Amino acid sequence: MLLSGRRAGIALGGGIVALVFAYLVWGGIGNNLVYFLTPTELLAKGPAAYGASIRLGGIVQPGTVHWDADRHELRFRLADTNDHNVEVVSTGVPPEMFTEGIGAVVEGVWTPDGVFHCHNLMIKHSNEYRPPPPGAKPAEYYRQLFRKQLS
Amino acid sequence: MNALVGHLATLLALLLAGVGAAAAFVGGRRGDARYITGAQRAGIAVFVLVALAFLIMERALITHDFSVSYVAQVGSRETPLFYTVISLWSALEGSILLWALVLSIYTALLVRWSRRRADPTGDAQLPYALGTLLCVNVFFLLLISWPANPFRLMSPVPADGPGPNALLQNSPFMGVHPPLLYTGYVGMSVPFALATGALLAGRLNPDWTKVIRRWTLVPWTFLSLGILAGAWWSYEVLGWGGYWAWDPVENASFMPWLTATAFLHSVMVQERRGMLKTWTITLIVATFLLTVLGTFLTRSGVLASVHAFTQSAIGPFFLTFLGLVLLGSLALLAWRSEALRSEGRFDAALSRETAFMLNNLLFAAFAFVVLLGTMFPLIAEAIRGVRVSVGGPYFSEMSVPIALLLIFLAGVGPALPWRKGSLELLRGKFRWPTMAALGTAVILAAAGVRAPLALLAFALAAFSFGLLAAEFIGPTRVRRRTTGEAGPLALWRVVAGNRRRYGGYIVHAGILVVAVGVTGSATFRREQEWNVGRGAAVQFGRYQIQFDSVWAVSESNRDGVIAATTVSAGGRLLTRLSPRLNYYPTSMEPIGTPAVRESLREDLYLVLLAYAADGSHATIKAIASPLVGWIWLGGGIVALGAVFSLWRGAAARQPRPAPVPGAGERPGAGRSRAVTEARA
Repeated sequence: MLLSGRRAGIALGGGIVALVFAYLVWGGIGNNLVYFLTPTELLAKGPAAYGASIRLGGIVQPGTVHWDADRHELRFRLADTNDHNVEVVSTGVPPEMFTEGIGAVVEGVWTPDGVFHCHNLMIKHSNEYRPPPPGAKPAEYYRQLFRKQLS
Repeated sequence: MNALVGHLATLLALLLAGVGAAAAFVGGRRGDARYITGAQRAGIAVFVLVALAFLIMERALITHDFSVSYVAQVGSRETPLFYTVISLWSALEGSILLWALVLSIYTALLVRWSRRRADPTGDAQLPYALGTLLCVNVFFLLLISWPANPFRLMSPVPADGPGPNALLQNSPFMGVHPPLLYTGYVGMSVPFALATGALLAGRLNPDWTKVIRRWTLVPWTFLSLGILAGAWWSYEVLGWGGYWAWDPVENASFMPWLTATAFLHSVMVQERRGMLKTWTITLIVATFLLTVLGTFLTRSGVLASVHAFTQSAIGPFFLTFLGLVLLGSLALLAWRSEALRSEGRFDAALSRETAFMLNNLLFAAFAFVVLLGTMFPLIAEAIRGVRVSVGGPYFSEMSVPIALLLIFLAGVGPALPWRKGSLELLRGKFRWPTMAALGTAVILAAAGVRAPLALLAFALAAFSFGLLAAEFIGPTRVRRRTTGEAGPLALWRVVAGNRRRYGGYIVHAGILVVAVGVTGSATFRREQEWNVGRGAAVQFGRYQIQFDSVWAVSESNRDGVIAATTVSAGGRLLTRLSPRLNYYPTSMEPIGTPAVRESLREDLYLVLLAYAADGSHATIKAIASPLVGWIWLGGGIVALGAVFSLWRGAAARQPRPAPVPGAGERPGAGRSRAVTEARA
């Protein structure tokens, strides 16, 4: 059965609109992907990873943390089990729990100078709700901080 | 004891829902009133049993009966009573129980309502719809009887529990947000059941379409409020100064809202012109599927998300159910394609039908964009084996143009006449709103607003608002002239004379207010953080924020550190804000409670990030969010409009003879057949 002119026009127009829309959506997704990588994976990718949005997960390497209070700038190296590490720089106060040796996830961009510029620093903890490990008593830690002042 | 009785109640409810569903289908097919009555009684019994299970769980929580597995999981003797009560929905099993309760309430309401309709054997849609709804009950009762059973018996019985998720305990708003959201989310099962009933019976008459529309508008209103309540919770509790992050859980609630909104519009074209029938039914099925998909995504742990409660064994159940519903609905639609044939056709490009068509395409495109962005990480991992997430900018880039067009249509749609509009008519109607839009843009630009998209959004909102206002002012003027009534009275008579229509326009106005709030807060947000010494002050825009002191408090379920600040502007004291950090025994990280100075013009939002142990310094973050209050205000207007639209006038109720004498006089009775005067 042949389509009438009007119907064919509608189908054609609709098809074009759908294609343009699909192209936009596909491009939009492609430009906004955030890749989850470990330092080993990032270093293996090398220059190919420059400029892409990356979420890098690893351990804050002990002895590398440097906090510049005046510039509100935090520098540290993030490492994984293979001991590959990446220098990270982040602006702003780190989360309360941030400390050497803790698992952290940094979101940002890796630049050719070899520094990972992080705009979002998260302490790695499962999204799953979980009570503190045995022995950890966050409330007591906090109380000690204030005992001097309150007494 | 609690565990045993609770589990028995859910098992019995499961059995009765299954038997009731079978009876409803048999009764509908044979037109046998005995089966239908039996199915209705089963529906009521399911409600009673699930309510019983719910109350038993509440009792177990309140009396700290740690022999019940769910209480051992979320209960604690330290938790204040209020948070103990609402901790019922703080984890997976309990939220499915809440889901089942809301579903059974809807089931009982549907039974109550169908008893009021004349002869139950007269239309087979009714028993089929009840049967479908009972099948949905079966699924959720199966979940709480088996893979997500909250009533497992603990052995040995622990002496105390960890207490609910710290985030849940941090704000009393968690008592409101989940029930609101669930009432909306779960309620979408009813229009799905009604549509399936119509397809099974092979009858989709305009009367039934109105029924479906009303049963959609109720959960739609709750869903709208639930989404905004979630946004408000995120804003007031999470301490990042935002209210929407395109998190999978947020998307899960937003997608069905989009398709349900599209349905509420396309159903008017169907009602009025007998067109778009297949599309309309598809939308209602899609809405239901998206609620199930959303629950699957967020509760099965397949997507990581800040909201994710837990990994669990319910994933395969949901996937199976989703597949069954999808295939069944597609088969039904194909089988009944004859009954869904369009009766009318488009007469002109410039008509309200076209506006509705565009609206539907935009909402469908919007839902697709959100769905793809939410599902993409799953697809990428399954196909390419890479772990990715789709960044927030994707959602923003894609949704801004769609949202701008929708803002435009929110005013233009109501201004266009059915069938055929003329350019002359539009020229007259558009004159003042266009001037309002240009005026808004010029004034804002003169005031220093430079963001082009924001200017466009504000101008479009002013344009649509002007068009909507004209729909109120025009008829009021005519009425004043003909009746000589005073202005406010004439306005009320006009509006009250067509509540469905004007309720819809009020909803549109509310959405415009929300859009203005979103535009303002997303475009002009400013933030800064400082490490301040005690007694020192920092300048933030026009505000001067002075850090006065920091002290500690101890509460039964948490400890807190509070920073006191004084905020002034231009030497005048504005307010004192005290952001705090809370330490819960169940959380390694402190959870903040920001302090917010709210005003319609701009919110000032302070967060305590860190403090020196001796109290000499504190790190404070300040966020200024212009117009964010408009979002909550707009939400209130939306709810008001929706309720107004549902509220039936006396004129609508009287002409119909009530099946039971007197019953038709009560509000809500025979709600379906009501909307005689309403023509949107």
